Amino acid sequence: MNQNGSEPRKHTIAVLVENKFGVLSRVAGLFSARGYNIESLSVGETLDPSMSRMTLVVRGDEFVIEQVTKQLHKLIDVIKVSDLTEENHVEREMILVRVNAEPAYRAEILRIADIFRAKVVDVTPLTYTLEATGEESKTVALLDLLRPFGIKELVRTGKIAIARSPKTKVRKVEERVGKAREAIKDPVKEQKITGFVD
Amino acid sequence: MKLSGARIFLECLKREGVDVVFGLPGGAVLPVYDALYDFRGLTHILVRQEAGAGHAAEGYARVSGKVGVALVTSGPAATNLVTALQDAYMDSIPIVAFTGQVPTHLIGNDAFQEADNVGITRSCTKHNFLVKDPRDMAETIKEAFYIAGTGRPGPVHVDLPKDVLLKEAEFHYPEKVHLRSYNPTYEGHPGQIKRAAQTIFRAKRPVLYVGGGVISSDAAPELLALADLTQIPVTTTVMALGAFPSDHLLSMGMLGMHGSYWANMAVYNSDCLIAVGARFDDRVTGKIEHFSPNSEIIHIDIDPSSISKNIKVHIPIVGDAKRVLARLVQEMAQEQGGQLPDIQRAIREQWLRQIAEWRQKHPFQYDWDDQVIKPQYVMEEISNLIRGEALVVTGVGQHQMWAAQYVKFKHPRHWCTSGGLGTMGYGLPAALGAQAAFPNKLVVNIDGDGSFVMNSQELATLVEHQLPVKTVIINNGYHGMVRQWQEIIYGGRFCAIDLSASPDFVKLADAYGCVGIRATKPSEVVPALEKAFATPGPVVIDMVVDREECVFPMVPAGGANKDMILTHPNKEQKAKAAKSQTGF
Repeated sequence: MNQNGSEPRKHTIAVLVENKFGVLSRVAGLFSARGYNIESLSVGETLDPSMSRMTLVVRGDEFVIEQVTKQLHKLIDVIKVSDLTEENHVEREMILVRVNAEPAYRAEILRIADIFRAKVVDVTPLTYTLEATGEESKTVALLDLLRPFGIKELVRTGKIAIARSPKTKVRKVEERVGKAREAIKDPVKEQKITGFVD
Repeated sequence: MKLSGARIFLECLKREGVDVVFGLPGGAVLPVYDALYDFRGLTHILVRQEAGAGHAAEGYARVSGKVGVALVTSGPAATNLVTALQDAYMDSIPIVAFTGQVPTHLIGNDAFQEADNVGITRSCTKHNFLVKDPRDMAETIKEAFYIAGTGRPGPVHVDLPKDVLLKEAEFHYPEKVHLRSYNPTYEGHPGQIKRAAQTIFRAKRPVLYVGGGVISSDAAPELLALADLTQIPVTTTVMALGAFPSDHLLSMGMLGMHGSYWANMAVYNSDCLIAVGARFDDRVTGKIEHFSPNSEIIHIDIDPSSISKNIKVHIPIVGDAKRVLARLVQEMAQEQGGQLPDIQRAIREQWLRQIAEWRQKHPFQYDWDDQVIKPQYVMEEISNLIRGEALVVTGVGQHQMWAAQYVKFKHPRHWCTSGGLGTMGYGLPAALGAQAAFPNKLVVNIDGDGSFVMNSQELATLVEHQLPVKTVIINNGYHGMVRQWQEIIYGGRFCAIDLSASPDFVKLADAYGCVGIRATKPSEVVPALEKAFATPGPVVIDMVVDREECVFPMVPAGGANKDMILTHPNKEQKAKAAKSQTGF
């Protein structure tokens, strides 16, 4: 039903659910029943033990995602659904990868690990097992670099995501920093401050 | 006061206003039946197969507006109920189904008559529960009834393990139930309603497309008010027959695959389609690109996920049909300034004249035969005799479509059929349920010879409880609808449709203790119907009809509604139909 002609994209959706048995099965069942593919799924309790939070990655066009969101809302155990894809958000996933590490390549692999701030969690004479966390683009890049050596085993967690804090706070910092800059007559004051996480 | 889980269960049902339960006992639910032995205030109707309990609950719910209740045991009983649950899910019928389950410590152990009940019904119910502690029983049951009967109604399944039924607990019936994650929207957005009113006012060729949601919401009076005020013609889906009086000048009857020519043409040529409580099902839309292609679509529905699911909607309004229509009537009255202004009136009359022309061009028709009964004739005579006052239930197939086309309706909740799932065998048990809801009304079950045998065992239930359902079997000795498709779309390659080896229905009725009547000639039809309606107790009429009649108009699956096949197609039309067949 591609009436609006938008391209299928990956969407990261956060779902707040009742922490009751069978909820995971309901959500998974909803997707499988309608033929939507869950690319990754991660779930855990929130601060309130009666609620859990799920992070789903689904591929689809605007129309499919609209249906997915509506169908999720329809489930009695679903409390809130947010599509984080369009908002500013932070996402992370963790991978554990066991890579071939013959004597000739060991140094190179360790260098790559260092660049990506990955940790070595297991060592054998012929392999290294690395642990890495980061955005999907980072883990994909790491795996691309390791692939030529021969990846023996790969385990990924689902993606987790959290929205960035609301913009009003950024504006207030802009004002404060702007005023401070005025006071010291800094030529840099002309520059726009876009955020305080660089 | 400490009561056993089973006793708490019965007390809860009573407090929910349940007066009839359709059920079948078994090992896992024996505690309930033991408590039922000396329990006042609940009638239990023993069905002969669990699907009968499910469909009876559906029929009961559809005609009465209350939540239907079914009670069956564990294992095979629960799985037998699945069809009825899926049927209620598709047609949004409020029922609560209670199934027994093996004791909690045996769950997952492959115990005797064990099945993963909640696992199996997860996808065919609005929600389901497994009660693990008798202290949770009252709250769970209250939640179950609340979920079933509110928002978009639907089936709820509650699984009751045997040890939970035996254990005792304090009984407190909760005053209120609050689900933080379930808040249906009832009031439509006032801005959207105003936009809709303005759009309707400007429209030159508006059509009201009405679905089962209008019945669920009891919105027939508001619909009538809107149609009268704005002079907009009304077409209904198969689920909404009766929502608008059939003999009203603005009534166009059913639309869709076997709908009327004029209803389909009106929708196709419309410039403003007002959908109320309908879900743009594929049987209604035909080829999506050709469904009302030039209209602005206003969609009023309580379920946001139904809106813009198949067809992009221009003005969505999420809300309860009754309330939104009432608001819309007010807004329209404001737009129009009271009655329809003269210019508008002239435009409407032109549109209505066009629809009347289409109706004259291709009315519902069939060829008369003096020797062989035509099924359409049977429908006409049934309609003449009941005059809109009886409750009509159907099975699924050609007879269902002819009933929808030819029977005239006056009131809502007088028509009960399996629309979304199309469950053969729905007729007799649903009629049972309808009769249980209204023991003094005439209930007519229009069934097919294929559908009837799927749940014919419920004749015993009718006799036991003296439920005087009148079943009319449209007996053509075939799986008629399948035969029609094989004839028109599959080039006459008939396969697995012959039902000549059927029981003698008169003898079958007699065997169960019902009155059986047979009619084989057109002259016998009216006497048979009159005799049946006048005879006390359940009656079965074996109407032996023309074996090869087809339902027309017909839109082949995947075809556009405007390309209806109106009479027996010639070779070219059959070839075209075969090509347009996109699988379903």
